[in-house]
Amino acid sequence: MQTPIRNYITLFIFTGVYSFGSVLFLANANEIKVCPQCSISTVTQAVLAAKKGDVIVVQKGIYKERNIVIDKSITISGENFPVIDGENKGQIFLIKSDNVTINGLQIQNVGNSYVEDWAGIKLFNVKNCLIENNKLLNTFFGIYLAKSESCTIRGNEVKGTSKNEIETGNAIHLWYCKKMLIENNHLTGHRDGIYFEFVTESKIFNNVSTKQIRYGMHFMFSHYNEYFHNQFTDNDAGVAVMYSDHIYMHENTFSDNWSPVSNGILLKEISDSKIEKNIFQHNTIGVYAEGCDRIEIKNNDFTKNGWAVKILGDCNDNRFEENNFTANTFDVVTNSSLSHNLFEKNFWSEYAGYDLDKNGVGDVPFRPVKLFTYIVEQTPPAIILLRSLFIDLLNLAEKVTPVITPETLVDNNPMMKEIKW
Amino acid sequence: MVEVKSIEKSFGKLTVLKGVTVQIPKGKVIAILGPNGSGKTTLIKCILGLVIPDKGDILIGGENIKNNWKYRNNIGYLPQIARFPENLTVSELFRMIQDLRKNQNPKNNPEQTCSQFVSLFQIQSFLNKPLRSLSGGTRQKVNVILALMFNPDLYIFDEPTVGLDPISCVRFKETVLKEKNNGKTILLTTHILSEVEEMSDEIIFLLEGKIYYQGSPKELMANKQENTLEKAIAKMLEENEQKNTN
Amino acid sequence: MQGIIKIFKYSFYDVLRSRWTVLYFLFFLISTFALLYFSGNMSKGIVSLMNVTLTITPLISTIFGVMHYYNSREFMELLLSQPIKRSNIFIGQYLGLAISLSLSFVAGTFIPFLTYGIFVSPEVWDFSLLIFTGALLSFIFVALAFLISILNENRIKGFGIAILMWLCMAVIYDGLILMVFVTFNDYPLEKAAVIMTTLNPIDLSRVMILLKLDISALMGYTAAVFNQFFGTTSGMIISLLSLSVWVVLPIVLFNSFAKRKDF
Repeated sequence: MQTPIRNYITLFIFTGVYSFGSVLFLANANEIKVCPQCSISTVTQAVLAAKKGDVIVVQKGIYKERNIVIDKSITISGENFPVIDGENKGQIFLIKSDNVTINGLQIQNVGNSYVEDWAGIKLFNVKNCLIENNKLLNTFFGIYLAKSESCTIRGNEVKGTSKNEIETGNAIHLWYCKKMLIENNHLTGHRDGIYFEFVTESKIFNNVSTKQIRYGMHFMFSHYNEYFHNQFTDNDAGVAVMYSDHIYMHENTFSDNWSPVSNGILLKEISDSKIEKNIFQHNTIGVYAEGCDRIEIKNNDFTKNGWAVKILGDCNDNRFEENNFTANTFDVVTNSSLSHNLFEKNFWSEYAGYDLDKNGVGDVPFRPVKLFTYIVEQTPPAIILLRSLFIDLLNLAEKVTPVITPETLVDNNPMMKEIKW
Repeated sequence: MVEVKSIEKSFGKLTVLKGVTVQIPKGKVIAILGPNGSGKTTLIKCILGLVIPDKGDILIGGENIKNNWKYRNNIGYLPQIARFPENLTVSELFRMIQDLRKNQNPKNNPEQTCSQFVSLFQIQSFLNKPLRSLSGGTRQKVNVILALMFNPDLYIFDEPTVGLDPISCVRFKETVLKEKNNGKTILLTTHILSEVEEMSDEIIFLLEGKIYYQGSPKELMANKQENTLEKAIAKMLEENEQKNTN
Repeated sequence: MQGIIKIFKYSFYDVLRSRWTVLYFLFFLISTFALLYFSGNMSKGIVSLMNVTLTITPLISTIFGVMHYYNSREFMELLLSQPIKRSNIFIGQYLGLAISLSLSFVAGTFIPFLTYGIFVSPEVWDFSLLIFTGALLSFIFVALAFLISILNENRIKGFGIAILMWLCMAVIYDGLILMVFVTFNDYPLEKAAVIMTTLNPIDLSRVMILLKLDISALMGYTAAVFNQFFGTTSGMIISLLSLSVWVVLPIVLFNSFAKRKDF
């Protein structure tokens, strides 16, 4: 009955009537009503009473329950967001069966555990589950999936309230999963917004992850994933993507991640991936790359970042093509005098060259790494000399005769105008 | 009018005035003479308060001028070099100085005096011109008017006729004599000795920072048995040289 | 006080009508328009204008200050022989020059930004800070120029020293800071950096403006210390105090020299 892979746009529009529709569709299944005054007044009772394929409709009210184990394929559907309150004493839902749907619930107050990963909804070793349109408040881990496959997490709001890393888990946490869809969720106030470890062939899209205590999204050892149209804003350390390959990241917005250790996106040991049409705006560092190979970075907007791109010397064969670098304090910084990466046909607002043949491509190459960038790398407090006349003169001298900055880090075909796509 | 009491002044190692004491009587024209570097300008500037003496006192009208600026209400000074703010017009400059010297003797009417002199020296057509566009002669006329405008008791002129055309020169001298007859004291330095003969009642001859001679020019000429002041002074200097070599 | 105002009034008229002041105004007018036109947006325009302002304003103020002093040397003698206090003459002249230079600067930069709609943009405070520091730098460097001039009767020497002073503040000082940083790289230098910056008016103005503009870069890695200092109210007060000391101290020194000086 649950078909996780459907046209998500249609679903997005009909989200409001979805649960009602599925109830009608399954007319021959039993419907079990739960309300505080009903004969079945707790979700736990309803789950015990339910048979495979039944729908439990939870009506508005406050249900102080926890450790609800779902071991059969059923649907739990809330009307007007009934509240399931764990009273900070433990995990609320544990799903151990395939084909389970949970929607329309407000799940709150799981409480902290330093031994176990308590969650609002935990799914373990399941397939084809749908977690949709729930509100999770103050739930240590929000939605936690382990060793699962082909599930959809859609339209949930996961909101944490703690202020430090130890008191909270991740909003959406996936471990050893594949073929998952994470879409349209609004995540805030957790350690990491979305956490992926050993997850493959999954898609993350249209999510908003903001004000997390650490990363807006955190990716480890997760190959062949795609994420797009997400917004990662104002997270303490931006987004971290590590030890993964074949990642396709496109049309995301990374903005306002600016603490002293903050990046728009941190790439560590990433290879054979594509970063396309993203917006990096107002981050301390737009893209930080360490040990990355064969990444194609194309058609991105880097605007008003402190450092647009920081690429370390151990990165090879990455291609920066047709990006816009506009009003960044530093465009590119590297810690090595050699560069094995390609910069081609980018637009640089710092470029001061000319275009005599009017082909839209500047006639003199552009060197995005300035001497001062290099100095600041070696002697961080020197940043206080930013934009002083002395530094301008120093940069000019280095521009005329490059001695220290990497000679190969150069855009031979800088564009004269901002690139549109 | 002016009492200078053993003034000493040195600039660095160079001692310019070595104890000058002099009495300048009221209602006379007194010329300060002396070779270049004898301390004429320094003496004048001491009286004006531009140069502060190392030792000694200066009294003007019985009032010590040390740490005092109000006494300058009674002085009209004509500096040697006439340079003014380039972008002000002549009448603005007049107004500026009149503005600075307001609240003085109510009998004075500097505006009226000023316009009299403007027509006397015929600079009406320059009144609205910026000072940078003026010729040296016109600028000197402006300089002269600035000194004469306030009807003070004491005039100090430093090389007043340099750059003036003959007509203005004559008119200036006439004005000076007229002022003398009004009981004003006039102190001037000049290189033109005929002028001294013509105008001054008394000369003060400075030599190497000391008063070498003070008295009337006629006496000096009689004394040295010469018929021009120039020759008398030359003789006096020669005698001094002989004295030094002996 | 009345004396100061009288002298100031005419000195101000005089300087304001000088073709150099007009050129100075036109320079800022044209270059600000050009910067706004080529950078296309207000905040980038402010950054570029900051670079121009921090270099040109001190330089021109220094040159004008020295030139004005030496050119009005004879006229000052005439003024000194008038019944007016010495300090009034010099402070009046100083204010006349400093205020008319700041006015040229402010008008020259303000008009272009006004036509680009600075008042309805979020950058209005950044721009105000830039204008304010630019004007303050004029006051500082005219004062320093006057001080150098009064200490040097020889015009060429005075000019040379003044330009050298500008070079030291605008360029060499930063080179020295960098040398200190590189040499003592192993030590924590952030506090030293803050102190050294506060001591140079050009650097201080630059950092004050930068913390408003390039804040994302400055906040990175090491600069938390800078922000902790300059970002707070007390840091701002200390900065402004330091800048005012740079105005007041040369004037006080100048005044005490002027009192004893022979003209």
